[in-house]
Amino acid sequence: MRVAPVMLLLAACSGSGPQTALEPQGPIGRDIDGLWDLVLMLATFVFVLVMALLVWAMWRYRERPGDESEPKQLHGSSVIEIGGVVFSVVLLAFISVPTVRGLLDIREVPEGDDVLQIQVTGHQWWWEFEYINETGPGGSTLITANELHIPEDVTVYLSMTSADVIHSFWIPALNGKRDVVPGRVTNLSLIADDPTPPGEPIPGQCAEFCGLAHADMRIKVHVHTAADYATWVDEQLAPSAQPAPETPLDAGWQTFSTLCTACHQVTLEDVEGEVTTHGPELHIMSDDIEFRSSFGPNLTHLFSRDTFGSGTFTLDADHLSQWIDNPESLKPMMPDRNDLANGKVLGMPDLGLNPTEIEEVVDLLETWR
Amino acid sequence: MSDAAVTDLDHTEHADHHDVKPVRKTAMWVFLGSECVFFGAMISTFLLYRNTTNGGPGSEIFDIPFTSASSFVLLMSSLTMVLAHNAFEKNDMRQTRIWLTGTALLGATFLAGQIFEFTEFIDQGLTMSTSPFGSSFYMLTGFHGMHVALGVILLAAMAVLSLSGRLYEDRGLNVELVGLYWHFVDIVWIVIFTVVYLLQV
Amino acid sequence: MSGEVQTIRSPGDRGVWAWITTVDHKRIGLLYAVSAAAFFFIGGLEALLVRTQLFGPNLEVLSAEAYNQLFTMHGLTMVFLVVMPVAAAFTNYFLPILIGARDVAFPRLNAFSYWLFLFSGLLIYSSFVLGGAPDGAWVGYAPLSTQLTEVVRMDFWTIGLSTLGVSSIAASANFIATVFTMRAPGMTMLRMPVFAWMSLVVAFLLIFSLPSVAIGLFQLFLDRNFGALFYAADAGGDPLLWQHLFWIFGHPEVYVLILPAMGIVSEVLPTFSRKPLFGYPFVVFSGAAIGFIGFGVWSHHMFTSGMGPIAEAGFGVATMIIAVPTGVKIFNWIGTIWGGKIKFNTPMLFSLAFVAMFVIGGLSGVTHAVVPSDTQQHDTYYVVAHFHYVLFGGAVFGYVSGVYYWFPKWTGRKLNEVLGKVHFWLALIGFNLTFGPMHILGLNGMPRRTYRYPEGLGWANWNAVATIGAYTILVAFLIFAWNIVRTHFLAKGERVGNDPWDGRTLEWTIPSPPPVHNFDETPIVHSLDDFWHQKYAENEEGRAVRIPAVTGGAGDDVDWPGAEPGTPEGIHMPSPSYYPALSSLGIAITGAGLIYLPWGFAAIGVGVVVMIWGLFGWSLEPVTKEH
Repeated sequence: MRVAPVMLLLAACSGSGPQTALEPQGPIGRDIDGLWDLVLMLATFVFVLVMALLVWAMWRYRERPGDESEPKQLHGSSVIEIGGVVFSVVLLAFISVPTVRGLLDIREVPEGDDVLQIQVTGHQWWWEFEYINETGPGGSTLITANELHIPEDVTVYLSMTSADVIHSFWIPALNGKRDVVPGRVTNLSLIADDPTPPGEPIPGQCAEFCGLAHADMRIKVHVHTAADYATWVDEQLAPSAQPAPETPLDAGWQTFSTLCTACHQVTLEDVEGEVTTHGPELHIMSDDIEFRSSFGPNLTHLFSRDTFGSGTFTLDADHLSQWIDNPESLKPMMPDRNDLANGKVLGMPDLGLNPTEIEEVVDLLETWR
Repeated sequence: MSDAAVTDLDHTEHADHHDVKPVRKTAMWVFLGSECVFFGAMISTFLLYRNTTNGGPGSEIFDIPFTSASSFVLLMSSLTMVLAHNAFEKNDMRQTRIWLTGTALLGATFLAGQIFEFTEFIDQGLTMSTSPFGSSFYMLTGFHGMHVALGVILLAAMAVLSLSGRLYEDRGLNVELVGLYWHFVDIVWIVIFTVVYLLQV
Repeated sequence: MSGEVQTIRSPGDRGVWAWITTVDHKRIGLLYAVSAAAFFFIGGLEALLVRTQLFGPNLEVLSAEAYNQLFTMHGLTMVFLVVMPVAAAFTNYFLPILIGARDVAFPRLNAFSYWLFLFSGLLIYSSFVLGGAPDGAWVGYAPLSTQLTEVVRMDFWTIGLSTLGVSSIAASANFIATVFTMRAPGMTMLRMPVFAWMSLVVAFLLIFSLPSVAIGLFQLFLDRNFGALFYAADAGGDPLLWQHLFWIFGHPEVYVLILPAMGIVSEVLPTFSRKPLFGYPFVVFSGAAIGFIGFGVWSHHMFTSGMGPIAEAGFGVATMIIAVPTGVKIFNWIGTIWGGKIKFNTPMLFSLAFVAMFVIGGLSGVTHAVVPSDTQQHDTYYVVAHFHYVLFGGAVFGYVSGVYYWFPKWTGRKLNEVLGKVHFWLALIGFNLTFGPMHILGLNGMPRRTYRYPEGLGWANWNAVATIGAYTILVAFLIFAWNIVRTHFLAKGERVGNDPWDGRTLEWTIPSPPPVHNFDETPIVHSLDDFWHQKYAENEEGRAVRIPAVTGGAGDDVDWPGAEPGTPEGIHMPSPSYYPALSSLGIAITGAGLIYLPWGFAAIGVGVVVMIWGLFGWSLEPVTKEH
């Protein structure tokens, strides 16, 4: 009985691990953590008090050998009852005020032009991000997957919906979680204090059971200085290069444009400078807001990311080759239930490519940064 | 003396067959309580979806005069039910049988009206898979109809039992209990009729 | 009159057929208990497999597909096939006796509830060998649960839960009618033992909450099998409708799980402190208040779903309010042992541990009521910790306490104290090792229902500790099982008479095990804890003093002047019947047919015929067959 409270206190004193909620990296996270500290203190106080009474009573009133007396047959005491009720009500009233205030704070809708608006679409089992404020030359928009890049100290306001089942978007260090529901738009604010070191993004994860690969639906948040963020945006808005015909990379392009563009979008500029977006474009309407989506992640700048498979695997040629060869060997999915005509996608299928073809595709993808 | 009711389990000198009713009536009222929540949940679902027509037909396809007529039929069946119970209390098995049969027939007429209505709606393009409006409409009225059907069967069964003199006051489902159930089903219909058909927001 | 145990059973009361046709509430209670125990071990095995997979990062003990089925079935099993039936076991066995009755109001309906529960459980479990068990979590959120309609796993879940609901509603109506109409003379409502009160409150909770989930389930079934659009976002359906309908049931359900255990603790603590329950009216009314307020907090399971701040604030405050009557109970339990003469035997140890563990679970529940904090805690291992503290450290420990307490009444033998204490300490330590660290895991970002986790997030160590704790729990409960087998089936337990614990309530006035008719003469009740007051008066200091005219206490039969004259030979108990089992079998077959639509129509036909045969025979059969 002593073990649990000690562990609770340990938890309060030191979070551990990059995905902890107890070491917030932004003001909203801090507000929530502050409230948690208060509640934990109160709960610990009550726990210690009640346990002290219980243990004391157990020790003091234990049956002693040879003791033939009988205890007093006390039936109750209105004073104690009312006292207990008052005590509980006072404590709860005390905590209810910051609760409601805190709740209204974190639900506040940020206003103004300096709010970064991002639309999030949850899929089984990956995340899609559309930066609706950022438009590039020729009206191109910024759409990427699983890795969220944001500038420091800026209020990021997410508008979220789902393409299929209910998911939940959660970056513990920055804010609590918010469910992502098909047919509805839910919102979440994120504010990060400082830029993250390269290769050490703030991690997050889907937090509503969404089927087979729910555990493998992760998010990585990269925080940049304003300047670095602007650079990243420019890079993402620029199209990638479509290989010229009969160049070595064109072999990969032939495979890619035949098979991969059934599900993945890419925006490419060919040798003549013409920019085309290949691949399916879906439009999801939720609560009168339009979300642009696709069957699989946008791959225009795939190799600007560190991970793939929704933040689950390190992005390098080896892992990617294994993925393309046999996706289900890495991540549990149900691609045999795909029904693209009806918008149903439950995973990446095995495309039956031989090792040469895979190498060609990977070579091509590696140029798209 | 005893302040507890006694059931037919206990054949000591407290056994008294007139005290049997509170046990079964209590159970029936409890059951009807759960039925309130059952229909309440369906009505709530309907209220949520009353305008979610997904491009299909909405409440404009309702034929209020027709449904009013069949509602009246069901209301009248509650009257005949009361008459049946009265006759039973007076031990007039023949009258009981007549009114029970009448109630059952009125109930069956109501059901026939429902079925006719449903076929009309399906013709006009409202099915369970047209829209959430369609799904919730058919589920609510369909479950109600099933309850009416069960009631009709019980009424008919009792009418038949009364023929062979086997309709006792203290036996299983008696006239009063079935009456309670029947009136409940009727009241639910009044709510459904009002909420679904009459109140079109 | 006292004397040796005289069971008035007919010669045909042994053997399998006797148990299939029994309508004796005590036998039905034992059937529930044995079934619940079997499902407990199966559900525990499922948990052990889950914990083994999570012992370290990225283990491959289980595939994601298997894992999702196992945790779904673990939750479903523990809630619907273990804790609810074990509460039903105690209520079935003791409610009539505690109120001085001979049986429940509707003995055949009682049997029907049991058989429908068993067949429903077997139906759901048959899914493992028929293509896979349900895998959408025990809460089955839409639209995940409406996906994959070509696979029938989730249909086993919808149909199985629906038939279980029918079983529970029938039992609840039965218990309510029993309490309202069959109490012994003088047994006013406020003289009923707390366990009887809690059973009554629970029955009302089920009556009013089950229909909500029934509608949710039927709608889900229609979506999956008939193209309905209740939860289809594309057509304008609202997935949150499912959550509301489910949790309007789901929240009162958790009070259904805990209140009978609280009732048991309210019987055990006074007995082994040798003083009355402190604040009986407050304990009773707080139980009723918890039940009532419990209908107003359901959306605290939905704080992250986007309901809007007004709703969230309202439900958050309501959830805090419900902590007040719960606190009242805790104070009253402490008040009960305070000033007492505490005997630390196994039932007492488990009841005391209940109080301590429930305080922890209750407090973590209060932290959930703080909505901003909950947005971090929801859907993480913190929640898993919370509900296991209240449901395992709370409910299960309470029911285990009840087993140790009432085992002598059921079987005439006490469970072994040494084995009991080993069971207790291993269970307590194992339980805390398993679920204590989960608070930390949740706060450190580990979501629930995840079949694996990576390295580098700091979760491996606590997960390993939790797995070791889980195996410790296994050992503890194997010892418990051995204790039961040894005491009763191998007949090595210490034999006892009517009143081994010097108890306070009516079950200790009758033999162990009781005769089929319970009481030779219907008791006349003069006060709360009437039996205790027949044995003990109070002196000027308020201390208990033995009344010399009545011999009583551990091992003695009590010559109780409170009973009314009558003759046992005149008692006719309701006759056995196979119609309840038959009717419920028909329902189960119909359910199986519905799962396998469209070609299940044959099964539906067969099932409906069997059910109607059963119901028809039942209604025409006399309650008591003349000999």
